[in-house]
Order: sequence, then structure tokens, then C-alpha cells
Amino acid sequence: MRICVLIKQVPDQESVLKINADQTWIIEDNLVFTANESDTYALEEALLLKESLGGEVVVCTLGPERSGQVLKDALAKGADRAMFLQDEAFDRLDSQGAAKVLAKALGAEQFDLILLGLQADDTGDAQLGPILAEELDLPHVTLVVATEVLDGRLKVKQEQEGGWYQHIEVDLPALLTIQSGINKPRYASLRGIMAMKSKEIKQVTAADLGMGADDLTPDQSIAQLYIPPKTKDTVFLEGSPDEMVSQLVEKLANEAKVL
Amino acid sequence: MGKLLTFIQHQEGKVARTSLEALRGAQELATTLDHTLTAVVFGLESGPAELANIQLDEVLLVQAPELTTYSSEYFVAAMEAVLKAEIPHLLISSHTYQARDWLPRLACRVERPLVSDCVGYEHDGGLTWIRQVFQGKISAKVESSEGLVIVSFQSGAYRADELGSGSPSQRTMEVRLSAVPARVRPGDRFQEAKGAVDLSRAERIIAVGRGVGDEENLTMIKELAKTLQSELGSSRPVVDYGWLPHEHQVGSSGQTVSPRLYLALGVSGAIQHQVGMKNSDCIVAVNKDVNAPIFEVADYGIVADLLEIVPRLQKALEERNAD
Repeated sequence: MRICVLIKQVPDQESVLKINADQTWIIEDNLVFTANESDTYALEEALLLKESLGGEVVVCTLGPERSGQVLKDALAKGADRAMFLQDEAFDRLDSQGAAKVLAKALGAEQFDLILLGLQADDTGDAQLGPILAEELDLPHVTLVVATEVLDGRLKVKQEQEGGWYQHIEVDLPALLTIQSGINKPRYASLRGIMAMKSKEIKQVTAADLGMGADDLTPDQSIAQLYIPPKTKDTVFLEGSPDEMVSQLVEKLANEAKVL
Repeated sequence: MGKLLTFIQHQEGKVARTSLEALRGAQELATTLDHTLTAVVFGLESGPAELANIQLDEVLLVQAPELTTYSSEYFVAAMEAVLKAEIPHLLISSHTYQARDWLPRLACRVERPLVSDCVGYEHDGGLTWIRQVFQGKISAKVESSEGLVIVSFQSGAYRADELGSGSPSQRTMEVRLSAVPARVRPGDRFQEAKGAVDLSRAERIIAVGRGVGDEENLTMIKELAKTLQSELGSSRPVVDYGWLPHEHQVGSSGQTVSPRLYLALGVSGAIQHQVGMKNSDCIVAVNKDVNAPIFEVADYGIVADLLEIVPRLQKALEERNAD
């Protein structure tokens, strides 16, 4: 089975974020970036499928130069080769724009399966998967928490709301978005890290895909970012850790009366 | 005067609560923009009871044999036909898991933007959509190009109990979907057996999040839970890492709780977690990041590393118990 995994690089979840001067994006200097969490589960699922069925795992990212790291990490974990879609023309694409670029880059590869996380933890649109499936005319299932390969098709388990699940059959080739927790993502081994260095990372630009700025004008864009105003009057406790703890115990006992 | 459509999600005729919330948002938009408002319902013979006395111009029942249960390919094709016939300015929906499955594909099909998971809008000549980014740490005002916009509203963005009342008319539209390929075939829906931990009855809950950093650190938190006579809850990542079983998870894919005390340790408080705990009586949050969304709903906040706080709190509570 030939599988493509899409991975986005995003700020580490523990990052303290600051907004830039023109309020259109965050300040990226000194931030720690990492692979989007649900994408790492998608990668692990692809590696598990390859281990049981044979085939190839190709990882792909679209992003600025720093994003190349998520490809190296994935190659070290066992992916076979990588595609790096990098071009200034790809900056600030909306989901539909990113899907158009990815569809052009991946279309000729004729993958059996495309996997990605259910949403990116930066913009949180949760749109790329179904849009890319539409661009490539593939069936899709979102929020997948288990996969099983049958003859020419997949049986997947989809997470729904309120503790409900549904089994869904989908014909191959297909696209799935993967929910976190579906498996236990592996760490790269030392041997994997050594092997990574000889694996191919193919650079792809807008010109390679025959795309120009006209093809990539977004239909939606961020006009302004701001820190959300507090809706609740949170009492922030101040002082040393010891002082904050004694204030907390006092307030829980005497104000909130919950001790 | 333009036209606004709002999609009503239902399960065997019972309307999803979040659809009624989004409908309230649609009512406000229709008033602001002086648009007509049509509620679109798929796969029902008659209008759902929940819409009978709602302030709406009409309920549009879209019918085809393939629409009785949800399937992304049929829903996309059906709504594509509706949009072609109705030519609305806006299509509003709730941002449910189901909406996330098919609305992006619809948006791509009709080549119009989907602004997803919005919490509100501003109208100042043009429309600006407000949505959360970076897991709720930052809000964004989003602009879209001229023409139809598809918008999904986050659960809780509007209140269903503020819906205006009225008496909508009803119309039926038949769509032909027999040519749509059935590449995705949904089977039965099911629930898994409930775990042993029922957090919904707990008086006190200590919830642990990603900020705990390491599985080993759970030991001191379990100790604290014992001292405080509280149940142990968690956010999703802790369960995904395998550090606690799923039955401890609070939030949209876990349990909904409302204890007297909810002590959130290292929980960032993404919306998926907040929907499960924001009705707790007293919420205490300990987090290193002052902008963590958990402080949005907290009564008391401590900006610090939980590893600095937990041992001290343990000691203080032990001393208090000894008195």
C-alpha cells in the first residue's frame, strides 16, 4: 500500500504566544515548533499499515523553511521519502489554497491512502482533509480512531460526539483524517536517525507546479489577531508558591467553601 | 434583501442542540443584514417539532431516499443542489463533528470559503467573523471574499434559549442523488461500555493536563486527589499518551461534569475541554501560561508550574486536616 502522510509544523502546545506589531500573526522568533499532534498519530498509523501490508510511506509538508524538520523527524521514524512544498507564494494560504497546491503535488503519485491529523493546532480550521479529498476526487472519512484494511476498501471507526462511534466502509483510494490517541507514536531509533540522512527530501516550488499568485489568492484571511478578553473575573493569586498556596487554601475554605 | 440559509442537523428527527444555538446566531445575522432566514433540513417527511414555533421565514425539507441517514457524499451533493436553487448570501451551521466532515468538502465543491468554528461576528459595512486560533489562546477576525460564505458556529457561541419565536412556513424540495457514487458506506452507530469512573457525581475533581509533563508526576497528583477526597479527571492529551484510561477524560469526547470544585492542573483549556467542565461551581486553574484559555473560565488562577504548587498544596491540606 502506498501511503502519503501530511504533516504540518506548528508552535509547541506549551508555547507562550505573542502577537506581532501589525496584529496579523504571532511572533515566531524564539518559539519552539513541532509536528502537529494529530499528524504524528497519522504518521504512526501509516507506518503500522506499511509494516503489516508492505508498501511505501511518503511524508509531505507545506510550510516555511523551518518546517523541513518535521520531514526529517518522520524519515527518522521510518517514512521512506519526503516532499517539501516550500515557496513564498505558499505563505498564508487558506485551506482551499493549500489543498490546491497539495492536490497538484500529490495527484500524479496516485497514492492508495492519504492520512493527516483531524486539525492543525495553529489555525484550527479542520478543513484541509475533506477539501483535499474533493480536489483529488477521493472519498474521505474524518475523525478516525481505528483502521482495518479489507479487500480494496477500508473499514474504519469514526469518533462522534457524546461517546458515540460509527463503523464506516470506504473504497480505496481514500483520504482519512486521524484523531489523536489512535495508536502510540514511536520515537526515532538511532538507526532510523542514521538512515534518515540518505533518504530523499524532494523540494517543490510553485513554479514546479505551474502555479502563480493568481491561483493562490485566498478567499479568507486573518484581518486581526487579539488576545480574547476575559469573560470571567478570575482572581489571580500572587506571590511566592508558598504564598499562593496558602491564599488558595484560605479562599477555598472561606470564600468558595469547598473544603 | 438577501437570503440566509441555516442547516439543521438532526438524529432521527431530533434536532441537535448545537443546531438551535447556530440558528440563534443566524436569527441575529438575518436581522442585522435584513435577510430572509430559511432552515434547511435533510431527509425528513415533516418539519421537526423544535422548529415549529421558531422565528424563521420557512423550513425547507430537502428530500431524497439517500438523505435519511448521514453520508458525506450525499449531503454535499444535496446541499450543492440547494445552493444552486436558492442562491443564498450565507449558509450557517453548527461546528459539529458531522459539519466538520462534510462542510469543507461542500465549500470546495462550490468554490466558496468556509469560515469554521466561529464564536461570533462583527458587522461594520462588511462582515467580519470571529474565531479562535492556537487552541483558544488567541482570537482572530477573519474576512472573506465577496459572495456566498459558509460559516460554522462553535458550540455555545449562541444560546438556544434566546431563540425568537414565530411560525415558519414549510416547503419541500426533492433532489436526485442516484448518480452520486456510494464510496463511503456508514454502518451502525454504537456506544462503548461505560467505564468504572463516573465523574458526573463527583463533588470535587482534580483534572490533570499536558502540563503534568511526565507520567511519573501523576503519582503526586493522585496523592493530592486522595487528600482532597476528589476524583481524578483529565484532558484529552493525557489519555492519548496512555497515562490515564479514557474513563477519566472530561470534555466533548469524554464526560461532562459540574462538581463543587474543579482544580485544573496544567490543563490549557481548549474549547473541547471547557464544554465538559465550565459549569463547575468553583474552578481553580494552575498553569504556566497566563494566556491559557482555562483562565477564561477560572474563579481562581495561579500562574505557575504545577510541580511547584502540588507538593505545597498537599502539605497545606494535610496540615489543615490534622488541625
